[in-house]
Amino acid sequence: MTTPALQVDGLSKSFPVGRGLLRGATTMVHALQPLSLEVRPGETLGIVGESGCGKTTLARMLVGLSQPSTGTILIDGKPLDTSDRRVSSQQIQYVFQDPISSLNPRKTIRQTMETPLRILFGMDAAARTARIHEVFEAVNLRPEFLDRYPHEFSGGQAQRIGIARALLARPKIIVLDEPVSALDVSVQAQVLNLLADLKTQYGLTYLFISHDLAVIEAVSDRIAVLYFGTLVEIGAADRIFARPSHPYTRLLARSAPVVGRPLAPQDTAGAELPDPLNPPPGCAFAQRCPKVSQLCRTKVPQLQETGETQRAACHHPDQT
Amino acid sequence: MRLFLTLLFRNRLAALGAVLLLALVLLCLVVPLLPLADPNVTDTPNKFLRPFSEGHLLGTDHLGRDLLSRLLWGTRLSLAVGVAAAAAAAFFGTLIGICAGYFGGWIDNGLMRLIDMIMAFPYILLALAIVAALGPGMLNALIAVAAVNVPFFARNIRGISVGLTAREFIDAARLSGQGHARIIVTELLPNVLPVIIVAISTTIGWMVLETAGLSFLGLGSQPPQADLGSMLGEARAALIAAPHTLIVPGAMIFVIVMSINLLGDGLRDALDPRLRSGALARPSPVTRIARPAPPPAETPARGVLDLDGLTTRFEVGAQVYKAVSDVSLTLGKGECLGLIGESGSGKSVTALSVTGLVASPPGVIAGGAARLDGVDLLSLPYRDLRGLRGRRIAYIFQDPLSTLHPLYRIGDQMVEAIRVHRKMPLAEARARCLDLLRTVQIPNAESRLSAYPHELSGGMRQRVGIAMALVNDPEVIIADEPTTALDVTVQAQVLALLDRLRRERGLSILFITHDFGVVGQLCDRVAVMYAGQIVEEGPTASILAAPAHPYTRRLIACVPELGGGRRQLAAIPGLPPAVNRLPAGCAFAPRCDRARPDCQRDPIALRVSGPRAARCLYPEEALS
Repeated sequence: MTTPALQVDGLSKSFPVGRGLLRGATTMVHALQPLSLEVRPGETLGIVGESGCGKTTLARMLVGLSQPSTGTILIDGKPLDTSDRRVSSQQIQYVFQDPISSLNPRKTIRQTMETPLRILFGMDAAARTARIHEVFEAVNLRPEFLDRYPHEFSGGQAQRIGIARALLARPKIIVLDEPVSALDVSVQAQVLNLLADLKTQYGLTYLFISHDLAVIEAVSDRIAVLYFGTLVEIGAADRIFARPSHPYTRLLARSAPVVGRPLAPQDTAGAELPDPLNPPPGCAFAQRCPKVSQLCRTKVPQLQETGETQRAACHHPDQT
Repeated sequence: MRLFLTLLFRNRLAALGAVLLLALVLLCLVVPLLPLADPNVTDTPNKFLRPFSEGHLLGTDHLGRDLLSRLLWGTRLSLAVGVAAAAAAAFFGTLIGICAGYFGGWIDNGLMRLIDMIMAFPYILLALAIVAALGPGMLNALIAVAAVNVPFFARNIRGISVGLTAREFIDAARLSGQGHARIIVTELLPNVLPVIIVAISTTIGWMVLETAGLSFLGLGSQPPQADLGSMLGEARAALIAAPHTLIVPGAMIFVIVMSINLLGDGLRDALDPRLRSGALARPSPVTRIARPAPPPAETPARGVLDLDGLTTRFEVGAQVYKAVSDVSLTLGKGECLGLIGESGSGKSVTALSVTGLVASPPGVIAGGAARLDGVDLLSLPYRDLRGLRGRRIAYIFQDPLSTLHPLYRIGDQMVEAIRVHRKMPLAEARARCLDLLRTVQIPNAESRLSAYPHELSGGMRQRVGIAMALVNDPEVIIADEPTTALDVTVQAQVLALLDRLRRERGLSILFITHDFGVVGQLCDRVAVMYAGQIVEEGPTASILAAPAHPYTRRLIACVPELGGGRRQLAAIPGLPPAVNRLPAGCAFAPRCDRARPDCQRDPIALRVSGPRAARCLYPEEALS
C-alpha cells in the first residue's frame, strides 16, 4: 500500500469562550471533534457539510493557518511543519473562498504573485517572471493581467489568479475551500474544469471543500460528510449520496434541489444545530434523526464499516 | 489620482481651503527671503503703532516690534509645530493601532488599555502635566500635543486594522511566508494609509490650536521667539487699548485652522469609498420615471401582475447601463413564475422596478409599465404606490439579517408592517403575527415574537421574512433569491413552505433565482434573463426538457446535478457582456456555438410559439 499523500490522525480544534477579565477561559467550544482520514496521492477528497460543521476549521489547520488542539497531520508520511514555509508551501497550498478578498487591493497581481517566489525561494527577477508566466499560461490567463489591480477582475478571473498563486510553489496537495461558491454557474463550470485539467497535468491531490452536493459529487473520488464538527460518513463519491448509510447524509441528498423531484415533505423537527456551548451527550444529529433511539441520546457513535468503501458514525446505519 | 483630484475639487470649499493653505505654506517658506524687519528687535518708543503706520504695515506690539514680521515668523513656527506634532502623533498612533489590530489578543488588550488611560485625562490637563514635567519650550509643547493626540490615531487605525486582518489576503500573505513585520508594512499599511491621511488632515487644525493654547499659557515658545499663541498671550494685557495686536494673530489662527479643516473634510469625502459611490446622495422614495408614455393597457388584464416592456437604466456620469431592457412578463393568479439568470443579468432590478424601489439616482425607469390588476403602478402618485408596497405586493429578500432591523424585536417589526397600512388594535395585530409565525412553522412562536433578529438562525430568520411578507395578505410575492444564503436542508424546508403557502392562499410568486434545480421543483413557468433581456420563456418542464435558446441549453448543461457522478462539465466560454457596452444584435452571440453573422446585426425579437417564446434566430429546436 502506498503512503497516503495526506494522513490526519485525531485532529481536533477547540476554542475557548467566555473568557473573564481575570479568570482564564471558562468553557471550550469544540469546532472539530477528533477526526482521522487519509487521502491517497492523486485523489480528490470532497468534504461536504452545512455552515458550522467545521469544514473551514479543518482546512485552516491543514495549511497551518491555525494550530490543531490535538492530533497530527502527516504529508507523504512526514509531519507537517508549518514553521518553515519553504518546505510546507511545497507540500500543501490553499485556495480561498472569496477570490477578490484574497488579493490585496493595493497590490498589482504581479506584486502579489512575486512575493512567495521571492521570500520562499529567493528567485531572481528573471526566474520569477518565467515562473509566473508559466503558471499564468497553465490557468489560461493573459500575461497583461499581471499589472492590473484586483478590483479590475471578475470573480472567475480572480479565482484563476488565486489558483495560479497556489500553483507557484509546485505543491503536491491543494486545499480548495469553497473555490466556486462565489461564482456564477457558467463561470463555476469553467473553474471546475480548469481544476480537473491542472490535476492531471501536475499530478495534484485535492481536498475539495463545498456545501454544494452536486459540485462535490462531480469532482470527488471520495466524499467525507461533516455535521456539527464530526465526521459522520465517508465513502466513494458515486455511492455515498445514492446509498447513504448515515441519516444525515440521506437528509442532505434528499434536500438538494433536483429537477423533476417533488419538494420533500418538511422535517418538522427544524434544522437547528445543537448549541455548541452545551452539546448533547450522544449523537449530535439525534434530535433531527428519524431513527433515533435511546442509545443515540447517550452514547457518541464511532465510525464503522457500513459497506465496502463506506464508513459511518451511526448506531443504526443503513447497510449499503 | 486624477479622479481623486477631480473629486476633491468638485467640493468648492475644499478647493478654497487647499488654495488658502497652499498660499500660507508658500508664504511661510519664503519668510526668510522677504525684506522684513527683525521680529525680535524692540523699539519701545514706537509701541502700539496702529496698522498701516509708516514702515509697519500691521503696526507694532507692546515692545514696538514689527507685527507683520512677528506674524509671519510666528505662523511659520506654529504651522511647523502643528505639522510635526501631527506627524509624530500619526506615526506613534499608527504603530500602536496597527500592532493592536494585527496581533489581537493580549497585545491588543494591553495597548488599548494604555490608550484608555491616556484618554481618561482631560487632554489639556495631560498636556500641561507633560510640559510641567519636561519644562516649558516649543519642543516640549510639541511632544505634549503629539502625545495627547496619539490615542485618536491609535483607536482609528486599530479599528481599520482589525477588519483588514480578518480579510483573506492577510491569510494568503502568511501562507506566502511573509513575517509579521513584512505583512504589517507591505500588506496592511498601504490599505490603512488613506485613513491615516484623512486623520492627519483633520487633526493638524487642532494641533495648531493646542500648541497655540500652550504658548498662550506661556508654556510653549519662550520670549522673544514669536508664535501665534505667545503673540496672543502677550497681547492680552492690551486687549482694550490696542486690539489690533490681538486681532492680527487671532485672524491668522482662524484662517489656518479653517483652511486645514475645509481641506480635511474634502479629503475625507474624496478618499472614503462609500462617500465616493454616492452614499451622501439621498435616494428618492420612488425610482425616477422618464418614460415617453406608458404603453396602452390591454383589457382585460392578462394576469395579476403584468410587466409590459419594462426598461430600467442606470445613468452614471456619461455611462448608461441598460440593466433591464424591454422585459415583458405575466404572472397569473396562484402561479409561480421563475426568473432565472446569472449575476448582472437584471433579474433583481426587474423585481425592484415593479414598485419603483430601484435607487434613484442613478436608476431611471425609461419605458414600459408594471400593471397590478390592470393598473399601472409606475403612473401612480407616491402615496398610492406606498400604500401598495408591502400590502398588495410584498418582497422576500436574500438575507433577512440585513432586511430586518437589528434593534427591534421581531414582533414589533411585524406589527409595524401591519399598522403602517391599516388601523388595527395592538393586541389583534400581535395575535395575527403569532398566527403567521405558526403558519411558517417557527417553533415556540410566542417567545420568538420578542426575539431580536440576530438571536435566530438563518433558516428561522428567512421564515420570519416570509411571515412578514404575508402580514397584509398580499396578492403578489416577489422573492429575490430567498434561499441562496441558506443551507441545503434548510432551503428544502423553506421551498416546501413557500409552495404550500402558494397553494393554500392562492398567492402569485415571482421567484428570482440562479438555480435550475429550485426552479424545476417550485415554478410553473420560467423566464431566462441574459444581459437585461428575457431570452426564453415558457412552462418549466418543457424548457428544462428541451431548451430553445442556446444560452438556456448551455446554462442547464453547466450546472452539475446530483446523481450525475464524476464528470467534465460543459462550461460556457467567456463572460456576459457589460450592460453599458451591449453588442448590436444578440448579446449571447459572442459566446454562442450556433451564432451566424446575422445574429450580431440587428436586435433580435422574442418569437412566440404557443406557451413558449425565445429570442433567437436559430433556436435549438424549431418551436412548434
